[in-house]
Amino acid sequence: MRRWAWTTTPEMEWLDDAIVLGARPFGESKAIAEVFARSHGRYGGVVHGGMGKTMRPILQAGNLVRVGWKARLSEQLGFYSPLDLLEPHAGKLFDDPIALAGLSSAIELTRAATAERQSYPGLYDALLVLIAALPNSDMWAPLYARFEIGLLAEMGYGLDLERCALTGVGEDLAFVSPRSGRAASAEAGAPYAEKLLRLPPFLVRNDASIESGDVADALALAGYFLERRVFDARGENLPEIRRRLIERLGFAGRL
Amino acid sequence: MRTPRTPTASPEIERLIELLGKTPGLGPRSARRAALHLLKKKDQLMIPLGAALLEAAEKVVACGVCGALDTLSPCALCTAQGRDDGLICVVAEVGDVWALERAGAFKGRYHVLGGVLSALDGVRPEDLRVAGLVERAGAPGVREVIIALSATVDGQTTAHYLTERLAPLGVAVTRLAHGVPVGGELELLDDGTLFAAFSSRRPL
Repeated sequence: MRRWAWTTTPEMEWLDDAIVLGARPFGESKAIAEVFARSHGRYGGVVHGGMGKTMRPILQAGNLVRVGWKARLSEQLGFYSPLDLLEPHAGKLFDDPIALAGLSSAIELTRAATAERQSYPGLYDALLVLIAALPNSDMWAPLYARFEIGLLAEMGYGLDLERCALTGVGEDLAFVSPRSGRAASAEAGAPYAEKLLRLPPFLVRNDASIESGDVADALALAGYFLERRVFDARGENLPEIRRRLIERLGFAGRL
Repeated sequence: MRTPRTPTASPEIERLIELLGKTPGLGPRSARRAALHLLKKKDQLMIPLGAALLEAAEKVVACGVCGALDTLSPCALCTAQGRDDGLICVVAEVGDVWALERAGAFKGRYHVLGGVLSALDGVRPEDLRVAGLVERAGAPGVREVIIALSATVDGQTTAHYLTERLAPLGVAVTRLAHGVPVGGELELLDDGTLFAAFSSRRPL
């Protein structure tokens, strides 16, 4: 019997590290999984036996996997083989409602904002660092806020936080214009403070201390631009889980 | 997915295969096998099955209290004598009620949510029977709500959401343990289950 000969190009077959974004049942025992691969971006594909006991734990959102994707034609859904678990991040967060909400929010923002089959290696690295930090640190909330600012930049709507749009100075930046997304210094922005968004220092300098209210300001800043520049343009709302995350962080006094 | 056409099959058989193929666990191939088996055993299986399907469609309803399926509302589980009214076990689907009843591990009342929160599938809190649960949990005499949802990101997200909603009522909220299954060997367990089992260890 003649075996089917695979005629592949790099677009029809690849092997990469990826973060699982989600999976849903398909057919008798298969699943359609969506992953965010470092060099290939957001891809969908069929997992044979994806609803079985072996594969279901692997296909939890947030898990790091090494995955091969194959299709006869590049525009086809394709299937994953191999699909090996590298790091079971999801299971480590089940007992922590705030970290679980952080994971779900980051995953959902990534899924909703990124284009299919377009690589975002910087965003992948940022998401992986965030996910790895979730079970181990009480300080992941600022990291999460930085991830959202980075997501904006990856979508082409990066904020200009290098220098003051009014005076050109790079010191003492304290505000962001909601219209231009450019920073303003505390002195230059003071007369317009009510109309400007607050810029917490930790988004400008890595060594800045994080005061109470800074994470809330960072999330308000990121949320404002994500909503207007990314989600409104698509007729979508920010994910509900993001609102719940901010609510939980607030109740826990971590904003 | 559309079921591939069966060579030489009549439209009636095609329709039967197509409908059978829409049931969970039956793909196109299994649906064809099932249709063929039914057609071969018309009197013993196909006609009684058809009558049973019709009767179930007419009589079975979702219980107005717990959401389980029965011919009565409230269902037999909600009205059964000898079950503990102070315990409510929350499950995602009716199939979970049946699984717990098979195990015989729980003798309280049930509440079927009708799914779990899922950003991927667009399932929001208002799509689930959460309001009914809060109302039932707030009734006098309820001591504990046991959340028996799947050990998945969506299942546990839902569990935490329910815990928050139930917190003002002051009722104890517990969840099923995650860990080593009966008969499970450590070297065959996935890393996530092992991590959960270690996190949930308890003194002997």
